Amino acid sequence: MYLLAIDLWFILEKAILIASIIGLSFFIAMYTTLAERKVAGWMQDRHGPNRAGPFGIFQPLADGGKLFFKEEIIPLAANRSLFLLGPGLAMITSLVTSTVIPWGAPVVTANGTIPLQVADVDMGILIVFSVVSIGVYGIMIGGWASNNKFSLIAAIRGASQMVSYELPMGLALIAVLFTTGSLKMSEIVASQAANGWHVIYQPLGFIIFFICALAECNRTPFDLPEAENELNFGYHQEYSSMKLGFYLFAEYINMFVSSAVISTLYFGGYDIPFVNEAAWGLQPWLLSAISFGVLMAKIAFFLFVFIWIRWTIPRFRYDQLMNLGWKKLIPLALVNMIITMAVMLWLKK
Amino acid sequence: MNIIELLFGTLSVLAIFSALMLVTSKNPVYSVLWLIVTFFAISGHYILLNAQFLAIVNIIVYAGAIMVLFLFVIMLMNLNKETEPQKNRWLKLAGAVAGGCLLLVLVAALKDVDSKKPENFALLNGGNTGLIKNLGKELFTTYVVPFEISSVLFLSAMIGAVVLGKKEKQNEAAH
Amino acid sequence: MQLTNRAKPVDRQPMTFLESLYLWNILKGMLITFSHLFKRKATIKYPEQKRSFSKVFRGLHVLNRDAEGRENCTACGLCAVACPAEAITMEAAERLPGEEHLYREEKYAVKYEINMLRCIFCGLCEEACPKDAIYLSQTFAPANYGRKGFIYSKDELLIPHPVNDKEAYQKALGEKASSN
Repeated sequence: MYLLAIDLWFILEKAILIASIIGLSFFIAMYTTLAERKVAGWMQDRHGPNRAGPFGIFQPLADGGKLFFKEEIIPLAANRSLFLLGPGLAMITSLVTSTVIPWGAPVVTANGTIPLQVADVDMGILIVFSVVSIGVYGIMIGGWASNNKFSLIAAIRGASQMVSYELPMGLALIAVLFTTGSLKMSEIVASQAANGWHVIYQPLGFIIFFICALAECNRTPFDLPEAENELNFGYHQEYSSMKLGFYLFAEYINMFVSSAVISTLYFGGYDIPFVNEAAWGLQPWLLSAISFGVLMAKIAFFLFVFIWIRWTIPRFRYDQLMNLGWKKLIPLALVNMIITMAVMLWLKK
Repeated sequence: MNIIELLFGTLSVLAIFSALMLVTSKNPVYSVLWLIVTFFAISGHYILLNAQFLAIVNIIVYAGAIMVLFLFVIMLMNLNKETEPQKNRWLKLAGAVAGGCLLLVLVAALKDVDSKKPENFALLNGGNTGLIKNLGKELFTTYVVPFEISSVLFLSAMIGAVVLGKKEKQNEAAH
Repeated sequence: MQLTNRAKPVDRQPMTFLESLYLWNILKGMLITFSHLFKRKATIKYPEQKRSFSKVFRGLHVLNRDAEGRENCTACGLCAVACPAEAITMEAAERLPGEEHLYREEKYAVKYEINMLRCIFCGLCEEACPKDAIYLSQTFAPANYGRKGFIYSKDELLIPHPVNDKEAYQKALGEKASSN
């Protein structure tokens, strides 16, 4: 058996990394729910939840505990196996994306460097993209298996919305890939550290990408799959207990991961802006920790922007959503791509 | 048996099993879901061949986009066991004949392969052709003509779709 | 008819391209919501902080005692007559010898009930009372699980004894103490 010939240290290293990233995702998602409610409160001149612990910091635990102890209802007419599969799929797809994101500068030890990234594959950003395109199944399967008209309509809305907004997202991404010349996440970050952040070169691309990220996360103003006033509760209407919690939680993990992707693609990832950190002469592990902190700060900022937008803008109408996606964003993304190509050719000559 | 062969075996079993489930399940939604599993298994094979780009694009395009549209249509039409029409016996026979022909071609093609020659085998976990840089170079140098022709095919399909959509609108206006 | 000068005619012009991107208006809206992050909160942290009532607030009824702790009420029934919601019921009885320390006058109320579900807190009973025996305090009726709980009996309405239970008496008087 050659099975034992696997590098056990490698497996251990990756297992620890994966476990900590999943733990981090859950932790951040938990506190994003609190941040959402707090920011919503402040923006509406309220205090927000402040009962559970000081400043309400135990509120997410209370919410989670409540969801766990709720009665679990599976409708008789629902398709039981798919009904159970839906929330799981939503959760898995939201967690998988974080594998290719570089979370910090590699840690240099005496025995070699440990990259703070689960898999630095050649396809990097395309993997994010493929997982995003798979993410729609959680909504579709859950919505269909509920055997409820509202859920089904929400599922179909969600599917068409996500498929529509993947296109401008990809086109905006292509312009970034022109400037880096690589799909590897680590190289995208490295090129930004050397040449400046992509948001400077690609402001239009960034705006398009950000709007599409909002749509892919089903966040306001694109939260049509869970439009409360038209579809009651959307695709997770029939869900209760922790299965509902999975859906809601997956949305927040999606937000976290897409903030991480936006930071990595357009805002230099773990790169510390305006300084040459290599000249400080710090311990490598300390530098890695600082770079991780910088990435987290960027992610926190984008999470705030996500929440901020939610409590500012009302929902789009469905035709507006489709018009924006197909008639505005796709042409704009194409123009952005062509301009990028032209400028790059011009600079080469 | 090393780990790659083990993975290959698992993926092959998964691919064949899910393909069989796709054909035999009565509920079309299940069929689509099993087809997605099949695509994932095939993408796994691509990764074993180090054709990462192909694997990911297979997932993005087939599992992520085309299957979503399939599922979309099936869910909208609410197809299920009860509404499945009784199939014509001749149709079943024709299907069997067509499938048999494909099998015949495949067997005939594989029969003449000299299993001793190493270049007749796809390299497991080897070769860099599947990596994006090499693949791009190949596509835009050696295979540039077929590549462009296929893009023209897509363009014509797109124009066809637009024309179909437009025609309907004019009819509506005429009513 | 023009009521104010603030009225704006609705703009029904088709949106320009820039407007139809929504970006500029969205940014303006986001600035507004952002400015609200730092505004004074309209709500308070309730159990810790409480809003003060106005001096003339009319809350739960209190049956008064005089300075020696004798009940003021003589069960004359004027409050019950004055009550527009007919929320007050009472039964009168004659004061027996030896009860002078309990009741101020020769007649007193054995039973005195106010149905808080009927009461509209108008304060007419307070105005009607010739003996200053009933007044409306600054608390309002707490929630209850049953209807029975909203029919306040005499024990619940009576103010604490001013001699035996000074602190509770002062607390029950509330702002009335400072105003007198």
